[in-house]
Amino acid sequence: MRKIGDQIGSFLFVLPALAFFVTFSIYPLFKTFQLSFFQWDGMTKNMTFVGFQNYINAFRDFIWLKSLKNGVYLAILALIIMNSIAFILAVLVNLRIRCSKFYRVVFYIPPILSGIVVGFIWKWIYDPNYGILNGILDILHLSQFKRAWLSDIHTALISVSIASMWQGVGGSFILFLAGLQGIPEELYEASIVDGASFWQQFFYITIPLMSRTLMIVSILTILGAMQLLTIVIPLTNGGPGFETEVPALRIYKEAFSNYRFGYATALSVLLGIMLFIISIIQIKLRRTD
Amino acid sequence: MKVKLNRIFIHLFLISYAITCLFPLVWMISTSLKTTSEVYLNRNLIPKSLNFENYIKAWTEGNFSIYFTNSIIYTISIVVGIVIVSTLAAYAFAKLNFPFKNIIYYAFLMMMLIPIPGAFVPLYVLLVKLGIQNTRIGYILPMINSGLSVSIFILKEFFEQIPKELEESAVIDGCNKFQLYYKIMFPLALPAISTIVIFNALSAWNEYILAAVNFTDPNKMPVQQQYFTRYELLMAATTIITLPIIILYLSMQRYIVKSISGAVKG
Repeated sequence: MRKIGDQIGSFLFVLPALAFFVTFSIYPLFKTFQLSFFQWDGMTKNMTFVGFQNYINAFRDFIWLKSLKNGVYLAILALIIMNSIAFILAVLVNLRIRCSKFYRVVFYIPPILSGIVVGFIWKWIYDPNYGILNGILDILHLSQFKRAWLSDIHTALISVSIASMWQGVGGSFILFLAGLQGIPEELYEASIVDGASFWQQFFYITIPLMSRTLMIVSILTILGAMQLLTIVIPLTNGGPGFETEVPALRIYKEAFSNYRFGYATALSVLLGIMLFIISIIQIKLRRTD
Repeated sequence: MKVKLNRIFIHLFLISYAITCLFPLVWMISTSLKTTSEVYLNRNLIPKSLNFENYIKAWTEGNFSIYFTNSIIYTISIVVGIVIVSTLAAYAFAKLNFPFKNIIYYAFLMMMLIPIPGAFVPLYVLLVKLGIQNTRIGYILPMINSGLSVSIFILKEFFEQIPKELEESAVIDGCNKFQLYYKIMFPLALPAISTIVIFNALSAWNEYILAAVNFTDPNKMPVQQQYFTRYELLMAATTIITLPIIILYLSMQRYIVKSISGAVKG
């Protein structure tokens, strides 16, 4: 009897967290699934059950498919360009050079800024008439490359991508650096005794031992890029046309601009399933620790 | 000789990337100090004169005294909420026994690792249903929840490292579970708690989308919702918004780097 009382007492410690969790995580999750089978404007009591119609519509929705394509594009660029830069920076900072602390602090400044602020700063940099980017091209006598970066359909998406990668490099950098610092120093020392060169060390020690970190960072990068939202709002809000439309922004607009809550939640489920599959790999990786 | 030359190239590369990181911020501050005509006429990095009036104008015209206060209220409430709720839960997960302990813990962990895109849509529906949409509490509560799982995860790892002997001697001294929590565990966990404070303060201060969805009353909105069309005022506003987090970051950065390192290993 006393034991039961004791366990109830212990349970009380997790009760607040559990209450939050059930109300603001579990219930919304359940609600998302439920709403996705209805047609609903989000306000009136008029809810019509439509079965899988929202899902069927999603597969025919040109704008949604375009936003997914853009999300994949942003993810691929971030995986290749952003993570390469981050990896190189981490390897160099890890070489026990001077001022490594300074670099670490500076490289992690962009990630702590808000997406809105970063979006506005880059919008000003890209400004077609007065922006510094076109200004620099003028100074370098490359005026023929000047353009309205964010409203030109050829450069809008890559411009958004660059702004978001500028913000994201620091995050990947810190994770790579943590991974590198986890590699035992003795391995490098032993390899020097065996006469290994820098590149041999890099390919035979660093890369193999970093494979798990590389995978986790890649997955976090994909998850981040596919859910990009706030930075896009000040930059382009999805325009011109739907050139920079991204999945999360689409969900936001379907709910709060078009008042199609049922459809918006169906899109959430579809995107959620894609991200879930990617997350499973991440969870498996973390387990094999 | 070769090594020395390499080092120089390495530093050149790292410094040029450091400039890439800092330049947009320097440009933001530079623009924020220019006059309107200077913004549109020249692209000098250093303004001809320092127009701090832009800040006064952005602050008053943007009603920053209201929004800044709001953001401070939200950030403090959210962080305090997260610290209390997550330390209690993490302590129980690490040190106490109760039914379904592991299942509940893994549910939290799953929430941390699996993203729910567009969660703001059902959250909005829920807040309307609870009658707390467009209220401060309707913003603070879901924000507390969004920081919980990561915080519980970090704290649980920390509590598990605290040796059993400490608890045992406290129990002999007559401490009950709750006294053990707030007299011994909480003070010992302060290093871990400070990382949680910093991270959640940053994300609460920077949050945009839930505030946009929740608030219709402009007097309750946080700073991230404010903007101007004139660039010198916009950049003054973004500088005002950014300054607190830069100060927080620079004063606490050793905790930040350390805790991320911990998170990836975990």
